[in-house]
Amino acid sequence: MPRRTVRLSLLPALIAFPALALAQSTAATPAAQAPVTQAQIAALQQAVQNAQASGDNAWMLVSAALVLLMTGPGLALFYGGLVRKKNILGTMMQSFAMIGLVTVIWAVCGYSLAFGHGNAFIGGFEHLFLRGVGLTPNTDYAATIPEQTYMIYQLMFAIITPALITGAFAERMKFSAMALYLSLWSIFVYCPMAHMVWGVGGLLNATGGHIPSLDFAGGTVVHVTSGVSALVTCIYLGKRIGYPQTNMPPHSMVLSFIGACLLWVGWFGFNAGSALAASPLATSAFVNTHFAAAAAAVGWTIFEWFHNGKPTALGAISGAVAGLVAITPASGFVQPFPALLIGIIAGFFCSFMVFKVKSMFRYDDSLDAFGVHGAGGTLGALLTGLFATRAINAIYGKGVPTGAIDGHWGQVLNQLGGVAVAWSISIVGTLVLLFVVDRIIGLRVSPEHESAGLDLSQHGEEGYDLNS
Amino acid sequence: MLKIEAVLQPSKLDAVKDALLEAGIEGMTILEARGHGRQKGHTEFYRGREYTVDLLPKVKIELVLHDELKEKAIQAIIGAARTGRIGDGKIFVSRVDEAIRIRNDERGETAL
Repeated sequence: MPRRTVRLSLLPALIAFPALALAQSTAATPAAQAPVTQAQIAALQQAVQNAQASGDNAWMLVSAALVLLMTGPGLALFYGGLVRKKNILGTMMQSFAMIGLVTVIWAVCGYSLAFGHGNAFIGGFEHLFLRGVGLTPNTDYAATIPEQTYMIYQLMFAIITPALITGAFAERMKFSAMALYLSLWSIFVYCPMAHMVWGVGGLLNATGGHIPSLDFAGGTVVHVTSGVSALVTCIYLGKRIGYPQTNMPPHSMVLSFIGACLLWVGWFGFNAGSALAASPLATSAFVNTHFAAAAAAVGWTIFEWFHNGKPTALGAISGAVAGLVAITPASGFVQPFPALLIGIIAGFFCSFMVFKVKSMFRYDDSLDAFGVHGAGGTLGALLTGLFATRAINAIYGKGVPTGAIDGHWGQVLNQLGGVAVAWSISIVGTLVLLFVVDRIIGLRVSPEHESAGLDLSQHGEEGYDLNS
Repeated sequence: MLKIEAVLQPSKLDAVKDALLEAGIEGMTILEARGHGRQKGHTEFYRGREYTVDLLPKVKIELVLHDELKEKAIQAIIGAARTGRIGDGKIFVSRVDEAIRIRNDERGETAL
């Protein structure tokens, strides 16, 4: 209703204004008309602002929903289809558990630690239990949307990041250990990283940070941290029993396909929503996201076609995800054709990481969380430094060069700095947390439970009971 | 009484069923199975890794029938299932000691 009222109130103003102007030229007392016109202009201005804000909020709420869709059921299906049948529910439960747990953590202290005022590395406790987070904008972050919109949008990022890590230790971690480990991870690794890149006063914040790094939607915050943590976790935990001699093909490429497509669509909220407004920048990010995903799917498929002789569905969807990861930091900084290029490069690079590097070093990154997210995120962050341009986003100020193609080659070094911080905090934080949780409750399921499958051993359920 | 077990390609199931019905053989049990003989499997690719799949989908038909129908049944199956290529399948014949109709306790050949 308020929206219609705003629209309707514009109409009489638009009609009355010229009429008043005409009236002014023939009126006997111009001074008496002037205050009415001023009030009218002010009302018009407010109406326009309201319209913009309402457009922004609508888009941001939809974006938040899209990002949640990426975790549930996007990631749940994508990962679920890739594991063996006996682990489908266990895998989906890991993503779902993150939705529940991280939401609570975020409400209690996560948002405050990530986006509150603190120092260069971590926020503070001013918003503990979301104190002070109301329906008026927080101009530090987004001037036209209620702070709760911003908070809930950021929450969806906080949810999916630890969920991504579950791909590395699929089929072999205890549910209790996973819940504890990833809850602690979201507080001690995600919140500091989010604060450093996006929080006020953050070390890596593009505006005012010591090492201004460009990360539009979370290439380092989400993908590098989760991907590198995934690598550390899968090495610490060890390989699945029977890997790599035993065949462990995906039990349902159909589910993975559906999940991947949901991820693609959801990613529009992830990237274009990071414009924090229904603006031309959001359009830019939307277009770049789609272009990179498509180009990367093609790139991976071509690589695979030559390497193995046949283009697989798994390769195509993995390529698309790799492209989406790589464009994430760049989405609101680059032009469309560089986005295509980033996609193609990511398709080739990530497929190389998965096909060659993984077997070379023989780690069991079960669902390629590192190969796609860790490697793709790192690549994307560096390419962002290369292709970021003030023509799309003059983040350093009007006319000030943004990335290397503007002439600011130092940005690539800044990106390297951001990536280095992400790698460091992920490696150290993850190792400490794994060690601690392992001592408290033990991380890995017993061999018997691993053979029986997580569905039965951890949840007492069967994913498919087609004979019932 | 004889039992005939035929392991077949799944794509031949309908043809074999029809051929058996035409030959006057009406009772049968059909099972989904996996296996292989001398037939090589196929390879599948997942994320760059090659998997050899040698548990191939098969269909198994079990018939218990009068001794006199043995050749008729075998010819019906072979006629419908043979392609001449590796993977056509196999037929096994064995003796059956007893047959019982659950509904009314009939025993012997009349229970078939």
